[in-house]
Order: sequence, then C-alpha cells, then structure tokens
Amino acid sequence: MNNELLRYIASRFAQLMLIVFVAVSINFIIPRLLPGDPVQTALARLQSTGGAQNLDIQAISASYRARYGLDAPLWQQYINYWSDLFTLDLGVSFANFPEQVSTMIGNALPWSVGLLTLATLIAFVTGSLLGARLAWPRSGPVIKSVVPLMMILTSIPFYLLAIILVYLFAVVLKWLPPAGGVDTTRIMRLDWATTEDVLRHALLPCLAIVLGNIGFWALGMRSQMVSVLGEDYITFAEAKGLHPRRIFIWYGMRNALLAQVTALALSLGSVVSGAVLVEVIFNYPGLGSLLYVAIRGQDYFVIQGVVLMLIVSLAVLLFIVDLLYPLLDPRIRR
Amino acid sequence: MATRTSSDPVLVVDKLSVHYQTSKGPAKAVNEVSFSLRPGERLGLIGESGSGKTTMGTALMRLTRPPGRIVSGSIMLDGRDLMTLSAGELREARLRDIALIPQGAMSALNPVMRLEEQMIDAIIAHRPGMRRAELVARVVELLRNVGLAPEVARRYPHELSGGMKQRAAMAIATSLSPKVIIADEPTSALDVVVQRQVMQTLGRLQDGLGAAVVLIGHDMGLIAQFADTVGVMYAGRLVEIGPVRQMIKSPKHPYTKLLVDSLPGIEVKQALTGIPGLPPPLVDLPPGCSFNPRCPFAFDRCRRETPLLLDAGPDQFAACHLYPEHSTLPPIPARVYQEALP
Ligand SMILES: Nc1ncnc2c1ncn2[C@@H]1O[C@H](COP(=O)(O)OP(=O)(O)OP(=O)(O)O)[C@@H](O)[C@H]1O
Ligand code: SF4
Ligand SMILES: [Mg+2]
Repeated sequence: MNNELLRYIASRFAQLMLIVFVAVSINFIIPRLLPGDPVQTALARLQSTGGAQNLDIQAISASYRARYGLDAPLWQQYINYWSDLFTLDLGVSFANFPEQVSTMIGNALPWSVGLLTLATLIAFVTGSLLGARLAWPRSGPVIKSVVPLMMILTSIPFYLLAIILVYLFAVVLKWLPPAGGVDTTRIMRLDWATTEDVLRHALLPCLAIVLGNIGFWALGMRSQMVSVLGEDYITFAEAKGLHPRRIFIWYGMRNALLAQVTALALSLGSVVSGAVLVEVIFNYPGLGSLLYVAIRGQDYFVIQGVVLMLIVSLAVLLFIVDLLYPLLDPRIRR
Repeated sequence: MATRTSSDPVLVVDKLSVHYQTSKGPAKAVNEVSFSLRPGERLGLIGESGSGKTTMGTALMRLTRPPGRIVSGSIMLDGRDLMTLSAGELREARLRDIALIPQGAMSALNPVMRLEEQMIDAIIAHRPGMRRAELVARVVELLRNVGLAPEVARRYPHELSGGMKQRAAMAIATSLSPKVIIADEPTSALDVVVQRQVMQTLGRLQDGLGAAVVLIGHDMGLIAQFADTVGVMYAGRLVEIGPVRQMIKSPKHPYTKLLVDSLPGIEVKQALTGIPGLPPPLVDLPPGCSFNPRCPFAFDRCRRETPLLLDAGPDQFAACHLYPEHSTLPPIPARVYQEALP
C-alpha cells in the first residue's frame, strides 16, 4: 500500500514537471515564431507609442542578442533558455531598465501569495462550514435565510464587488485605505506598526476575494452535504444512536469535503485570475498589478515572466492539493 | 388486531401509519400496521417492491425523514412507547434496545473511516466511560462473532467484500446486544453462496443474543428458511401474518396465495412469473380493499369496505373479507395464472 502511495506521488510529480516543461517551452517558442527580432520589434513598438524614448534600442537589442545567443541555432537557444531559467534569469524590464524581471517578480510574489492564500482559505473554510450548516435539517431559519444572499454574492462580478467595497469603506466611511499594499511613506520593518499597516491595506482586497468566492463554496458544500446526508451510512450512523454533532462532522462534512477539495483544485485557475483583477483594482503590489502594468507598457519580458510564474504556481498548487487529497480520501491511497 | 400468544412481547406496534408528503397528496406507505414480537422471535416481512417494508423498518427506529412522517400509531418497545421519547432518550434506545441493519448495508459504512473507528463510535456513544483497550477488545470479539478476522478492523470499507461489509454491519448492529434487530434485505446484493452464509451468521447471532429479529425481504424462499412468523405487506398494509409453515401450507389472503404459488418447488407447479396487474399508487388507493383490482375473488364488499386483520385460522390473521366465513381459500381461477404468463 505504501508502494502505491509512492507511485501516486511520483505520478503527480511527473504531471507537475510536465506542465512546467510545456509552459516553459511555449514561453520559449512563441516569441521566436514572430517574424524578425522579437526584442527589436518589441522595443520599436514601445518607442513608437512613446514608451521608452530614452533607451538605446540598438544597445539593448545587441546585449540581448549576445546574452541569449539569438543568432545561435534554435536548439542551442533552447538549452540556453533553460539554463537561464535555472539561474532565475528571466530577462530585463524595458520600462524599468535595467531591472531584472526575476527581481520584480520576487518583490511582487509575497504580496500575491499572502493575499491569495489568506483570502482563499477564509472563503473556503467559512463557505464550507456555512454550506454544511445550510444543508443540515436541524439548522434554524436564520441560517437558512443566508442562501439567497449567497446566490447574490456568487452572481456579482468580482470587480463590481471590489468597486462597491472601495466606495463604501474607503471613500464614504474612510475607514480603510482605497489602494496599495502599504503606506507609500512607510519604511518596511518587522514591527507591529508595519504589520498593522499591511493588514489594513490587505483587508479590502481580501474581503473582495472572500465575498466573491464564499457563495461558491457555500452553495457547493450545501449540495454536496445534501447528497451525503441521503447516504445509507448517515442512516446507519443515526441508527447507532450517535450524537447529531458527531454525525454532522465525521459522517457528513468529512465526506462532503472530498468534493469540495476537488472543486478547489479545479477552480484554482479562476481563483488566480480573479485575484489578478482584484489586485489591479486595489493597485495591490502583487503579480496581478505587475502583469497589468507590463501589458499596458508592452514590457515584453515582464509579461512573459509573470505568465510563466502564474502557470508554474498553478501547477504547484494543483500538486499540493493532489497530495492532500489522499489524506482525506482513503480510496485514493490504493 | 394481531394480539397473539401470551408470553410478554418485546415489541408491540399498534396502528402505525407513515405518510410521505408528495405534490399529489400523502402517499400512505405504511397504513395502520399492527403486530407484535416475542423475545427471540423471527419475523419475516415480505412484500413487493414499494409495499412499505423499508419505510416501516425505519419508522420502528423512529428514523423516518421528511418528506416522510409517522402520522399515528405507537411503538411499544419493552413497555416504553418510542413515540413519546425525547431525542436524547431515543438516541439511547437506538442500538442498545433496537438496532437496524439498513437496506443496502453495502453502503452503510462511512467510506473515510476505518471499520474499527466506526464500531468504537457506536459503542462509546452508549458507554462513554469505556477505555480504549476494552473497546478494542470488544471490537475483536464482535468481529469474531460474525466470522471476521481481527485484522479486518483496521480496514476501510472499500477494502472489504460485499459479504464482509454485510457482516461488519451485523457486528455493529449487535454490539450492544439489542432486544430487537431489524435487518432490511441483508442479502439482496450478494451471490447465493454468500447469501446463505450471511443468513446463517444472522441466525447464530440472534440465537446467541436471544433477540427478536425482523427480517425484511421480497424472496419468500429465503424468508421461509429463516423466519418463524411471516408478515405479508401489500400497498402499505399488513395483509396477513402467521406461522411460516402454515402460511405456506395454507395461505389465507389471496395475495399471499399468489406469492406462495410463485415459490418454485412448493405445491403448485404452474409457471407463474408474477401476479397480474400492478400495486395501486399509494397516493390514490382504491376504496375498500387495496388488493381488489387484482384479486381473483373480489366481490362487492371489497370495493366498499377496508378489511381488518382478523382471525383466519389457528394463529393466522388475514385482512380479507373472505374470512372468517371461509376457513380456506378456494382454488384460484386458472385465468389468473394464464394472465401472469408473458
Ligand atoms: N422519500 C420519499 N418520498 C416519497 N415517497 C417515498 C419516499 N421514500 C419512499 N417512498 C414511497 O414509499 C413507498 C414505500 O417505499 P419503501 O422503500 O418503504 O418500499 P419497500 O417495500 O422497502 O421496497 P423495496 O423492496 O424496493 O425496498 C414506495 O411507493 C415509495 O415510492
Ligand atoms: S378483501 Fe376482497 S379484494 Fe381484498 S383480498 Fe379479500 S377477497 Fe380479495
Ligand atoms: Mg426497501
């Protein structure tokens, strides 16, 4: 049985590696499919729109050609590309020349990871608990009245929710800052004032993500729970004379959660894309905002780097969920 | 009324009715059913699919769920009416006094818990003070009683065969030595060999505990081998009840007669594939006797008056207007058998 577990982990890891490999390869191929010199084209376009007048196109382009051996055969370039990746060299930003793309991503990543992990966990846990209670026949009318609210929440678009929140809490009530990750004047230190500042800034974007997702988790859990409660093992648990609380948690929720975790794995993509949107609206200094600014400024290597980063982190998240799943469901462990 | 034999009954069910609320009105899935059970008695409950057997079995545990509701009747278990118990008292009574092996016991085990945990769960709910070592020992003993090895305790349900799951369910149901065990089609999903083994195990367990058993099924042959008494349900009503030998030798109710005739190798050799016609819809029962549209003997009174369960022979009770005037059932007209042929 342990062997089988190992094989399972190995197969999931192989899948992760495959996704990363394909993502990296596509990221390599696409710019080279464009006619002409991708760097020069991108720079020329940038300059014609007035984005990077003060740059010496020829100099940058030449440095790229030398660095990446763009004149070398394709397979040689491909190998170079991989070795650059392993040294975390994703190229330089045009807009913030000569800043390294990997540095920019490194600065943005903690913000996104922190915000997303926190918000998704809160939404998933509270949504699932609420959904389970909604399906429980003994729950009172107060809890049941939440259902329409959840339905409304799932149908409001993300950005609209975010704008409403900003308007309400930042503009009208002025309780919370409308944008940013931290006060622009603050010097980042590991102290309480900084932490509080970061949390205050994270609250609205976090709330937007939580509210945007909680309905999905609550309604999903409710329907799972309703079907689980109809199972024979629930009847048998009742026939055993178990306390309802025990049945609710260990026979009901425990089983309904399996489908929820599958749904979590499936929805990771939309969770991430939704979060990109929220970051943009709140001008939050994460990957989403970085991507947005890069797209607007046609900052080619930054776009490439962030997209690669997003795909790889999605694959890693999926891998983690896949590893957690057999802990929850003994039937997968075989 | 099925007031039978004198020794103190452990279970007395009186005029129990369970309705399902449907858009077309209440479906009378259990309709004024009365019977009683002596300690150690084996009652087989038989009837077509949809006749209300499972509904009755779950109602006896007061496990009826919406849209179902116990609308009337009493369930006296050892002198206490289950209908009057509080939720807490009811939880205590379940498993300790009356246990249920639900229909589809194959899926009665929680897929994400080891068998051992599920067994301990049941015991500890009633014996909160019991120590872990005692519990584990008890689990092993219970498994041995149903013919399972101690290692099985550490397994998850998906690692058990159908027969093993059925045995595991029996082990749980008997873990507190209940006075009444309700087994709802415990062998329906098993092959014939395993069926027989499981029935033998159930019989042995029951002998050991001295518990009364209600065995639900729709295979007259299987029921006849196990039970002392057989109850026949039709469209939510108990239409006949009596000792198994007598029931087979001399069925009183026309429906029972047709059921018994459908048994291969007993008396009648006709190739009867079933009983012509379909049971009536439970939301719209025909007036009078529910069986009258299918009954070869139906007469005027049957369409007006609902027959009560009355004396129809020694220890035998039938809900049919032919009794008590007739002492045996006249032969069934040949056309009924012809209609039943495909
Ligand atoms: N939840 C429900 N809602 C509405 N009607 C129901 C419900 N459950 C059962 N019924 C109806 O009650 C009647 C009796 O069902 P029950 O399951 O008790 O029959 P049964 O005799 O156990 O049948 P089987 O041999 O197939 O197990 C059926 O006609 C069924 O349609
Ligand atoms: S009461 Fe009438 S219809 Fe009903 S079983 Fe008896 S004879 Fe047939
Ligand atoms: Mg049934």
